Amino acid sequence: MRHLLSTTDLTRDDAVDLLDVAEEMAQVSEREVKKLPVLRGRTVVNLFFEDSTRTRLSFEAAAKRLSADVINFSAKGSSVSKGESLQDTMQTLAAMGADAVVVRHAGSGTPHRLATSGWIDVPILNAGDGTHEHPTQALLDSFTLRRVRGGLPASGPAEGARGTDLAGSTVAIVGDILHSRVARSNVHLLNTLGAQVVLIGPPTLMPWGVEEWPAEVFYDYDDALAAHEFDAVMMLRVQLERMHQSFFPNPREYTRLWGLTPQRYRALPGHTAIMHPGPMNRGFEICAEAADSPRAVVLSQVANGVAVRMAALYRLLMGTESEGRS
Amino acid sequence: MTSLLIRNASVLGGEVRDLAIADGRFVEVEALADPGRVIDAEGLIALPGFVDLHTHLREPGREDAETVLTGSQSAARGGYTAVHAMANTAPVADTAGVVEQVWNLGREAGWTEVVPIGAVTVGQQGEQLAELGAMARSAADVRIFSDDGHCVADPLLMRRALEYVKTFDGIIAQHSQEPRLTEGAQMNEGIVSSELGLPGWPAVAEEAIIARDILLAEHVGSRLHVCHLSTRGSVELVRWAKSRGVAVTAEVTPHHLMLTDELVRSYDPLYKVNPPLRTRADVDAVRAGLADGTIDVIGTDHAPHTAEHKCCEWTAAAMGMVGMETALAIVVEAMRDHDFGWSDVARVMSSRPAEISGLPEQGSLAPGRGANLVLVDPDAAVRVDPNEHATLGRNNPFAGFEVSTRIVHTVLYGHQVVADGSLTTAHPITEGGSWIV
Repeated sequence: MRHLLSTTDLTRDDAVDLLDVAEEMAQVSEREVKKLPVLRGRTVVNLFFEDSTRTRLSFEAAAKRLSADVINFSAKGSSVSKGESLQDTMQTLAAMGADAVVVRHAGSGTPHRLATSGWIDVPILNAGDGTHEHPTQALLDSFTLRRVRGGLPASGPAEGARGTDLAGSTVAIVGDILHSRVARSNVHLLNTLGAQVVLIGPPTLMPWGVEEWPAEVFYDYDDALAAHEFDAVMMLRVQLERMHQSFFPNPREYTRLWGLTPQRYRALPGHTAIMHPGPMNRGFEICAEAADSPRAVVLSQVANGVAVRMAALYRLLMGTESEGRS
Repeated sequence: MTSLLIRNASVLGGEVRDLAIADGRFVEVEALADPGRVIDAEGLIALPGFVDLHTHLREPGREDAETVLTGSQSAARGGYTAVHAMANTAPVADTAGVVEQVWNLGREAGWTEVVPIGAVTVGQQGEQLAELGAMARSAADVRIFSDDGHCVADPLLMRRALEYVKTFDGIIAQHSQEPRLTEGAQMNEGIVSSELGLPGWPAVAEEAIIARDILLAEHVGSRLHVCHLSTRGSVELVRWAKSRGVAVTAEVTPHHLMLTDELVRSYDPLYKVNPPLRTRADVDAVRAGLADGTIDVIGTDHAPHTAEHKCCEWTAAAMGMVGMETALAIVVEAMRDHDFGWSDVARVMSSRPAEISGLPEQGSLAPGRGANLVLVDPDAAVRVDPNEHATLGRNNPFAGFEVSTRIVHTVLYGHQVVADGSLTTAHPITEGGSWIV
């Protein structure tokens, strides 16, 4: 694995391996000294062209727990905002000796372009590109699901998940599929790991040709809930700017038809995990009762994010030969 | 009297004979007393010089991307003896002054006949008609008007434009793109765009405008030219319009005959173009439409861009591809599986576009007509290398393609501007002069 650009690039074995390495990393997070010396002397650049404090902090924590030096590069206030080209930015980072670049960009495909342009010859990690992909989010979701499915703690150190995939599980992804990089990465990865994916949302927020995707599609949330016993329901954030673009009449109607309301929450089977990539619009796509329930694993997702990002950085920078699996 | 004799050329890919030229016109061979210069065209196909209804020469305004001179040289190398310069320059070609400037630059360059296209609306803003009459009556004698790059989206303004140009037998060349349906669009809307997460440019945004414009053209009895048609549905609409007798003509680019949106998976902005690359089914449909005459002409939509507008991330990159120097070769490759001979090539690349634009000295090898001619090697082995091209634009999507057709000689009004694939000397004309004595 040279780069982590898209979950379509991961085979089942690659994905299971990354999740297993993340299990090792999750052990570290409970230690008194939350640090491994494996990336000492390496420099990881967080190159964020789009604001995302959560994801940047998660990558930063992951790199630091592996003892890497971290440089945060925010496009705001930098020469990028004064018209510096992507090529010049990347060549500058290469000249400074970056060993890996974590990139977040509003334009779909930018990490792919960086990986293939020849401007810089280091591993590129996609931390979210436009409405394309967010592979580490999908990995942390699968990590969490694997735990939940095995009846294990949703985060923190645990034994029993290693080597397994998600065969036999059914996962709903609900909301704005069209604009969601989280949904795209999850559809691919969940399929690779053997899960059945069900997409639920208004037709206006489904990608064109979604019927060709490896997923079952429902426009009616309640029909979907009646048809499946979901192992997890993943609620997507609806961006505020969509509210006034006629994708749906108004927020109230969206909540009525596609929100995880108290009624829908109570109708779910007892074992269904409630997931959300955050930040949540409480009272809009998810009700407080669901968000605060014991079945909500939202904070575990955040915790697991650090572990899977550690695993991704470790695999990309150290390769698979030198791995030290217990 | 300057004269030129072309020996043993296969005329339109058929009969092998000589072609005689004197004082810028084709003449009967017997009428040529002194052969003067002789070109041995053994094994070469003679076609009337190509006429491109759709090029972007970028001057005035973006001389770093292309100039009338370099664009004309590129045209000559591609076998074009006339090119129509689109109006989206800076300033926009929306006045007699700008179209005359472009026209004069073309005459001074002397590598091809540069025919300016005037903007339909002031500044291509889509709000009020530009001075179409002034441009038509200028020295540039503009007949084709287009806001290309932008759609004349307002239906009432489009109706008025279509009606108004009847004054001087003009034609509106429409860039068919419904603006609201393509806000932020980055590529064809389809399976690939959904997977790549790039905002889509749906076929319906092109077809809706074409359907509307066909109905408007029929209603007011005017001439409509559909620029760079790219979808299966658009071919069907134009076929339907022609069956009703509407005065509509249509154009397709070489890249829409050859490339599909699968290439966008590379996220390489080389493949970013407007209208976007479509699907295999669309490519098959435009090929069939070109073969059966539904699509009248090849227009290159030659759109040079500087490296910095292409060496960037996909979403920041400019739209457009260059193509005059590869047009013939790509058309021949694309139409290989169709019953499409050299006379068809001459029709779609020369005689029909000359007819649409009203250029009597272009598009024919007949005695008495302007001696505009290209000699083509049909059995060459060429690997496309954009670095060898005359255009300043390096954004040619066919780099590395192996093609079998090569432009060997180009003759502009009796003067050989390209010999054995290389530029020779220009054939400029001075103020008030004419290519035909």
